[in-house]
Amino acid sequence: MEKVIRIKTPVTTEEVRKLRAKDNVLITGEIYTARDAAHKRLVELLNQGKELPIDLNGQFIYYVGPAPAKPGYAVGPAGPTTSYRMDPYTPQLLKLGLKGMIGKGSRSKEVIEAMKEHGAVYFGAVGGAAALISKSIKKAEVVCYEDLGAEAIHKFYVEDFPAIVVIDSEGNNLYETEPEKYRIQ
Amino acid sequence: MREIKAEVIKNTVRDLFLEANYFIGKDVYDKLKEQCELEESPVGKSVLRQIIKNDEIAAQEKIAICQDTGMAVVFVELGQEVRIVDGDFNEAINQGVREAYAEGYLRKSVVSDPVFDRTNTKDNTPAVIHVKIVPGDKVKIAVTAKGFGSENMSSLKMLKPADGIEGVKNFVVETAVNAGPNPCPPIIVGVGIGGTMEMAAILSKKALFRPVGEHNSNLRYAQLEKEILQEINKSGIGPGGLGGRTTALAVHIEYFPTHIAGLPVAVNICCHASRHAEKLI
Repeated sequence: MEKVIRIKTPVTTEEVRKLRAKDNVLITGEIYTARDAAHKRLVELLNQGKELPIDLNGQFIYYVGPAPAKPGYAVGPAGPTTSYRMDPYTPQLLKLGLKGMIGKGSRSKEVIEAMKEHGAVYFGAVGGAAALISKSIKKAEVVCYEDLGAEAIHKFYVEDFPAIVVIDSEGNNLYETEPEKYRIQ
Repeated sequence: MREIKAEVIKNTVRDLFLEANYFIGKDVYDKLKEQCELEESPVGKSVLRQIIKNDEIAAQEKIAICQDTGMAVVFVELGQEVRIVDGDFNEAINQGVREAYAEGYLRKSVVSDPVFDRTNTKDNTPAVIHVKIVPGDKVKIAVTAKGFGSENMSSLKMLKPADGIEGVKNFVVETAVNAGPNPCPPIIVGVGIGGTMEMAAILSKKALFRPVGEHNSNLRYAQLEKEILQEINKSGIGPGGLGGRTTALAVHIEYFPTHIAGLPVAVNICCHASRHAEKLI
């Protein structure tokens, strides 16, 4: 078993720079959610020179559109969505101090370069493990863009949210290194 | 003529979508367990364990397996001796979807216009409906809640007849391997070969309904399924794309006669949460 590192949000650049690809982490604290439509709106605001409705400095964004919560549940099933769709928007958010993204799947060269430059990491959560992951989300509230439904920006309070560092702030990428070890020519 | 009330269709569709979204099929569950034993990669094994645990929680608590509860796809085989009464057939299907997604706490993921407004329809309709008229007085309804992480990694190519078996193999393997970690591996690969462009695509979706572990009854296609599966699993992509032997759980091919000038091949990828259910009325 690889070592398990506990992280509390918000984080500093120094903390994030210490994380290495393949580290297993347990995240506790507040994290924001955003996916396609919310990213589009955030970046449109930036392009108009306006302020964002949320302060991203030191924060993590979880790429998720949760299912509705059953009565008695804090949140519905909430696994990661595929991250590459957010690639066009991510470098601008990293510039603002965003320190981590949680999702699944590959990232573009531009995103990885921006992660290296600003000091940020990309965490992978297990795609399709939405019911299991929702157990570590203790509170959920909509912060803005309520009209987007599941795509609204939520603030989650998470405890020991399980993730793995897939791409670290030096650009080491598990999606490239690990499959290579098991590839049969 | 046997009369079936539209309400029966509606209720069946509703129940099938609830079943598909909460309970993973035994075929997939057993295969995941088998692969978890065999998987050599420690990270891959851990991902498979989390997937199995997830599927168990979803079934016990009757909550969705995945937050992407998909776009509703419905295949109907309508007996020609059946008359649907007391309501509109297509509307009954859509109402069934509406009720399942509202009552079952399932995510509404459909937008009304694909290009311009992209406004959520808020009830997960309309469903994609395929109807085939068949002999008899029964109605078979098969539904799938198709997630788009994997749907987005699907592909179709009009191969040349000269591309032959190797061409088919290469295209399917390439599509699955290029998808990498994005479609939530381990995946199930549906392949439609022949017919016309849209026929190949429909066949590739239909192929996803076949239970994992069952091969095409045509031995040559069964052999092709085995060879393609083996090739995909040589990629090392593994569970969650984090390395390992288990990239795909199954490859299912469906085929149809085609034109002298063509060899259409469609590849529809499905994540490990292959959610489908069916019922004969």
